[in-house]
Amino acid sequence: MLAFILILISLTAVALWAAMTRSLLRSAICLAMMSSLLTMIMFMLRSPLAAVFELSVCAGLIPVLFISTISLTHPLTREEVLQHMKDRIRRFWYLPFIVVVVGVALNMISVVPRLALPLPEIEKDARTVLWNDRPIELLGQIMILLAGVFSVVILFKESGKDDR
Amino acid sequence: MIVNSLQLFWPFSLFTIMIFIVGLYCTLVTYNFIRALIGLEILMKAVTLSIIAVGYITNHAALAQSLVITMIVVEVVVIAVAVGVVLGMYRHTHSLDVRKNRELKD
Amino acid sequence: MLSLLIVVPFLSVIIFNLPFFNRGRGFIFWWSLLLFGAQAVLSFFLTIPSYATSFQLPGSMFKFGLMLDGLSILMLLCIGIVASLTLVVAASVHKDQRRKFNFINLLLFAVSGMNAVVLVADIFSLYVFIEITAVASYVLISFEKDLRAMSATFKYIVLSIVASVFMLLSIAILLLITGSTHFMAIHQALPRSEHTFLAMLAVGLFISGLSVKAGLVPFHAWLPDVYSHSSAAVSLFLAGIVSKILGVYALIRVVSFVFMPDASVDMVILSIGLLSIFIAALAALAQSDLKRMLAYSSISQVGYIMLGLGCATPLGMAAAAFHFFNHTIFKSLLFVNAAALELETGTTDMHRMGGLSKTMPVTGFTSVLASLSAAGVPPLAGFWSKLLIVIALWQTGHFAIAFAAILASVLTLSYLLAMQRMVFFGKLRQDLAHTHEAGFGLVLASIVLAFIVVAAGLFFPFILDVFILPVRFFVGG
Repeated sequence: MLAFILILISLTAVALWAAMTRSLLRSAICLAMMSSLLTMIMFMLRSPLAAVFELSVCAGLIPVLFISTISLTHPLTREEVLQHMKDRIRRFWYLPFIVVVVGVALNMISVVPRLALPLPEIEKDARTVLWNDRPIELLGQIMILLAGVFSVVILFKESGKDDR
Repeated sequence: MIVNSLQLFWPFSLFTIMIFIVGLYCTLVTYNFIRALIGLEILMKAVTLSIIAVGYITNHAALAQSLVITMIVVEVVVIAVAVGVVLGMYRHTHSLDVRKNRELKD
Repeated sequence: MLSLLIVVPFLSVIIFNLPFFNRGRGFIFWWSLLLFGAQAVLSFFLTIPSYATSFQLPGSMFKFGLMLDGLSILMLLCIGIVASLTLVVAASVHKDQRRKFNFINLLLFAVSGMNAVVLVADIFSLYVFIEITAVASYVLISFEKDLRAMSATFKYIVLSIVASVFMLLSIAILLLITGSTHFMAIHQALPRSEHTFLAMLAVGLFISGLSVKAGLVPFHAWLPDVYSHSSAAVSLFLAGIVSKILGVYALIRVVSFVFMPDASVDMVILSIGLLSIFIAALAALAQSDLKRMLAYSSISQVGYIMLGLGCATPLGMAAAAFHFFNHTIFKSLLFVNAAALELETGTTDMHRMGGLSKTMPVTGFTSVLASLSAAGVPPLAGFWSKLLIVIALWQTGHFAIAFAAILASVLTLSYLLAMQRMVFFGKLRQDLAHTHEAGFGLVLASIVLAFIVVAAGLFFPFILDVFILPVRFFVGG
């Protein structure tokens, strides 16, 4: 139980860091860190398949996507960076306070969890659920992957530069 | 580790709400397109966390996992298309600033 | 057999993109036109099957749990009509072969996704296919790659992802309460659960998420920019069917099928509808750009559909479905005319147009028909659907809202007739003397749509029996 709370607190802290840091590159790395922490939680909550997906895709593919985008776009000049830093702090400094206050306030309410849970399912593996009970979502995944590939090709077609 | 699953409900929903606030704030207040996308990603992490927690609590771990797998695939494609749109905008204005985009547009 | 509706357009895209396929010929255009037209005609002649059926691909191991009922058939008809029209308009507007090829492929993806949206029986699959259609529409909006279209797309993407996050949170809460994501299971388990606060929270989150996708007030921030900055064929596609299927059909299906009937939910929907009608109509009065005005008009008419839905009676549902169909037809007609105007005059600013009914008579006449139908003038189709909505409101005791709906028809008439006057009547301006009637495809599309508008109004009893009344059997559990 304590391990859960610790990981959750660090997850929130890393999310705050991703929002408040001034460098975009650091934000993308924080995103990858968040995914790794989430993977740990998922392993502890008996969902290994989803954890592996999350690790490979959200901690690998998406930060790579962001980092290549960030490197393709020019960085700001020196005085723009300083001005930008002052701007950001003015807008973002109260975010941690909001989060902590909301967290403590909601904790005070202390909802007693008297949940009437639904019936548990028969012990199944996620793979059998996905293939036997929900094949329409497999079709959906194939469709959206192809749609995504197609869309990216169309968006970059008349560029002249080859990005991917 | 076997934890009384009902006890987990409140901490997980609390942290889901907090990460949700961080992500929403990040998306709405930032002046940079890429950071808006990062905020959206943070929102998605919060939702993934909540679905997995719900799956553990109600003992439907397999169903929750299949939902999360599909959701991750969908999310990756949408973010890829959004990054493509941001790069397309960058080619026009050579800046990732929302304010510059706004004044050029009108 | 139902899964063919989803799989065939998708397989067509795969086949068209194979390396050895010759892309230059017009085969792709005619095949897609055949697909969409066949879908429209088939759903027109389909008899209503039993309540919930699951179909099997012959000899395969996949069993998609798809469901077809009266509402889905009406939606399939609308999808078929608007998709074929968009194809025709795009063929007239885009002349480059490669761009036409890309456009048709994206259109096939979007239609495949929308067919799946109206056929699934599961909340999470609904989300997945809504996202598929949305991805295709993002690329369609930014097809021309100019700055304003891409900014509009980005704003739409951000709002749409936030809406999806709301929907997913709601799905998580529903999973917690009921243990399943299937429509029937949630519908049976939700009223019996004792967590009223959590159930209300889930319902509220889901409705907010879908309202963003439908473009209802106060979640409509993305809609005017997207409709006015995208190219003509894409505006037609979005306004005619995409934002309606993704948002409005999903709302109708979820609120009437899945969630329990509840007075506060109905009140929320009624107020969203009322807000949409008035705020959008007032905003439309002030516009000088043709497509922006049509965008606000779309928001306003969708508000009427919400009014019908909020009545929670079978007549209200039937009225909402009929107004959905009518809005598809007359809004598509207005957008087809806007496409023709943009093609001929090169602008969408209404102040720079005038007296065009002399050089573009067909466009002018069909535009008048569409405006009258939108405002609810008898004997056109719009009159019947608005009458049904007002009757449904009256029957449930919302007298003030019924009066407000009638009042809003006057507003609708005023801004649409103002558009007519500015664009078509009056003296022909000097710089527009060279315009002529738009291309054959556009003229054919507007004539077909005008014919449907008039026919739906005149043959109203027939349409009522065949299409509208079967919808009501599936209301209220």
